[in-house]
Amino acid sequence: MNYTLLYFASLRDAAGCAQEDVISGARAPRALYAEAATRHGFRMPLERVRVAVNGEFADVDSALRDGDEIAFLPPVSGG
Amino acid sequence: MKTFSLSETAIDASTLLRELESDRIGAIVTFEGRVRDHNDGRTVNGLTYQAYAELAEAEGAKIIEEARARFEISQAICVHRIGELKLGELAVWVGVGAAHRDAAFAACRYIMDEVKARVPIWKREHYAQGEAEWLHPSA
Repeated sequence: MNYTLLYFASLRDAAGCAQEDVISGARAPRALYAEAATRHGFRMPLERVRVAVNGEFADVDSALRDGDEIAFLPPVSGG
Repeated sequence: MKTFSLSETAIDASTLLRELESDRIGAIVTFEGRVRDHNDGRTVNGLTYQAYAELAEAEGAKIIEEARARFEISQAICVHRIGELKLGELAVWVGVGAAHRDAAFAACRYIMDEVKARVPIWKREHYAQGEAEWLHPSA
C-alpha cells in the first residue's frame, strides 16, 4: 500500500527529510516504524513515539488504509 | 480568533490581553514562557521550535475547551511560537479571564501543563559551544 510518512524533531534529522512516500506491505504504524527505523537508523524505541494517522492521534496497531498519512512523534518539548 | 495558535513571528502579549478584556471578567491571569540562557547546566544561546501544525492546533484547542469545562472561566487563549527564538523572547503565552481569581489561576496552570505534555511541539536548544539538540523528555 502507499503511505506518506511524516517525521519530527530528532526523527526528522535522522531521516534527513520531513516526509516521504513509501510503498509497504505494513498494515499498521508499528511495522511502518520498524521499517523506517531500519532504513534511517532510528535509535528511538517505538515505546517513546506517539503516532498520528491523517492528523489525529492513533494507536500504533491501528489498521491502515491505502493513502494514509502517518506521523511519528517523538516525546514533545513545547513550552 | 482561535483559542490556540502557532505563531512564526513575535508574540504580541498586549494585543492578546485586549482579546480577553470584558466587563464580565474580574480576574485575568497570564503566563509568559520565555527563552532563558541555561538548561541542565549548559549555556543556551537560543531555541528552535518545530510543530506538527495541524495536530498541534487541534490538540491545543481541545485543551482550551477542557479548561473551559473544568473551571469557571470566561475565556482563554494560548499562543506558542515556532521557528528561531533568541534569548528573552516569548515562547508561549497563556491568558485566562474569569469572574474570580481562583478559577483563572487554576485554568492558566492547567492549560500550560497540558500544552507542555501533549501538544506536538519540539524544542531544539542551541548551546554556547556551537552544538544543538532536540529535547525529548521522558515522561
